[in-house]
Amino acid sequence: MTSLLQVSHLTAGYGDFKAVFDVDVQIESGETIAIVGANGAGKSTLLRAIMGQVRIHAGSVFFRDKDLAAEPTSHRSHMGLAMVPEGRRLFPSLTVRENLQIGATAKRQGPWNIGKVVELFPLIDRLMNRSAAKLSGGEQQAIAIGRALMGNPELLLFDEVSLGLAPVVVKQLYAALPEITREGTTAVVVEQDIHQALAVSDRVYCLLEGRISLTGRSSEIGKSSITKAYFGEI
Amino acid sequence: MNWLNALVQGVLLGGLYAIFATGLSLAFGVMRFVNLAHGDFAILAGYLTLSTASALGLSHPLATLLVVPLMAGIGFAGQRLLFNRTIGPDPLAGILCSFGLGVVIQNLLLEKYSATDRFLDAGSIETDSFKLNDSIAIGYFPLLTFVSAVVLLGALQLFLSRTKMGRAFRATADDPKTAQLVGIDDKKIYGIAMAIAFGTVGIAGFFLGARETFAPSSGPSQLLFGFEAVVIGGLGSLWGTLIGGVVLGVAQTFGNQLSVGWNLLAGHIVFLLVLAFRPNGLLGTGVRT
Repeated sequence: MTSLLQVSHLTAGYGDFKAVFDVDVQIESGETIAIVGANGAGKSTLLRAIMGQVRIHAGSVFFRDKDLAAEPTSHRSHMGLAMVPEGRRLFPSLTVRENLQIGATAKRQGPWNIGKVVELFPLIDRLMNRSAAKLSGGEQQAIAIGRALMGNPELLLFDEVSLGLAPVVVKQLYAALPEITREGTTAVVVEQDIHQALAVSDRVYCLLEGRISLTGRSSEIGKSSITKAYFGEI
Repeated sequence: MNWLNALVQGVLLGGLYAIFATGLSLAFGVMRFVNLAHGDFAILAGYLTLSTASALGLSHPLATLLVVPLMAGIGFAGQRLLFNRTIGPDPLAGILCSFGLGVVIQNLLLEKYSATDRFLDAGSIETDSFKLNDSIAIGYFPLLTFVSAVVLLGALQLFLSRTKMGRAFRATADDPKTAQLVGIDDKKIYGIAMAIAFGTVGIAGFFLGARETFAPSSGPSQLLFGFEAVVIGGLGSLWGTLIGGVVLGVAQTFGNQLSVGWNLLAGHIVFLLVLAFRPNGLLGTGVRT
């Protein structure tokens, strides 16, 4: 049995600037993985490397035994990868409905369609014909997650879902995560909030200054060890 | 009554500017690309129409029907092979590239067709007109030009707002990186957008060439009118482009009404006033970054 995603010895960054160094990540189908770390630890860079949006200096990313090195970002969604990008990044010229529809560009078969996304986030229903530009952060985040689900991905990467949102909204969004994984999507959640991350995930990777400082089962990791891995030696 | 006539003629002239500016507006709206060779491509389309017509023994309007898809092909190839390589954070690369291409086109045309003024023949429709009243006569050809502009821009607007491909165009214009994330090949979208833009350049070449004579060096002066129409209407807005063309056309005919020498000057003045007081254009919402 091969892994769904295998990141090996990955060094990546922006242009000549490197933000992650020699990172190994292995994700099995059906897992929920959390990637935690402080600001600038390289979490988002790691996700963008998986989606092909940053420069890979060394190492490899394999998805279902296929080397992604030559696959452009646009093709990766057709292969079954999706990302909820940091800052939501809805298309402001499109209505909410169009934002969801465009998530299905890859036309992959699967359980997710507009009806099912509305079931998951009922608040979207009354917003369908509104412009995506004028919504609250929580509404935008729900739509951004819905847009990614519309592609029926096998692996869904969430980049800082909770950023800039009220705790009660974050709680609602994370409540949807088990439903998403139950439908067969493997989830990778990037979070700054350690407690939130440990609570929702099976396994966790902690990044510190671009390197993996700790990895293990979320239920078995002690508070002091993850604090040390998160902040480094103080 | 002369002023009313100037208004009518100006509106019709605006149709010509709008057709010509459509491709500029689309290229800027979808890929933030400023094509300085746009006018030269329209002149190229005019010459291609001449050559196609004489090679196949067709009338110029019929030859245009063949030149439009040919121009679309040139646009697609040009975008995929050349302009896509200039896309980046710095728009200067694309601007310089298209400027150079414009110079190349002008010189190739000069080499092949010489500097002699040429024109396209649209038939008797060019000079025929009907009288609205004693002082206003409407030419069939200017009317056809204006109607073509409305149909062209309306069709493009429908395409952008109602079709899946149009939706992908708008998403890519908003945010190409996120468009890639949802599976849109932005480079392919740009190729198709340029094919459509160049198809409209083929149409513009016909209407320009049938209205006035042209020479290999005519492109840049046409480009100026196109830019003025796009900027007056609002960058990236298609209906704005029609309105911009009409405002420019009316400004020119009103200027002409004041004094013959004021024709072009009045157009430029209106353009500068819009830039000064409404820099986003009449219908523009501003450029998203």
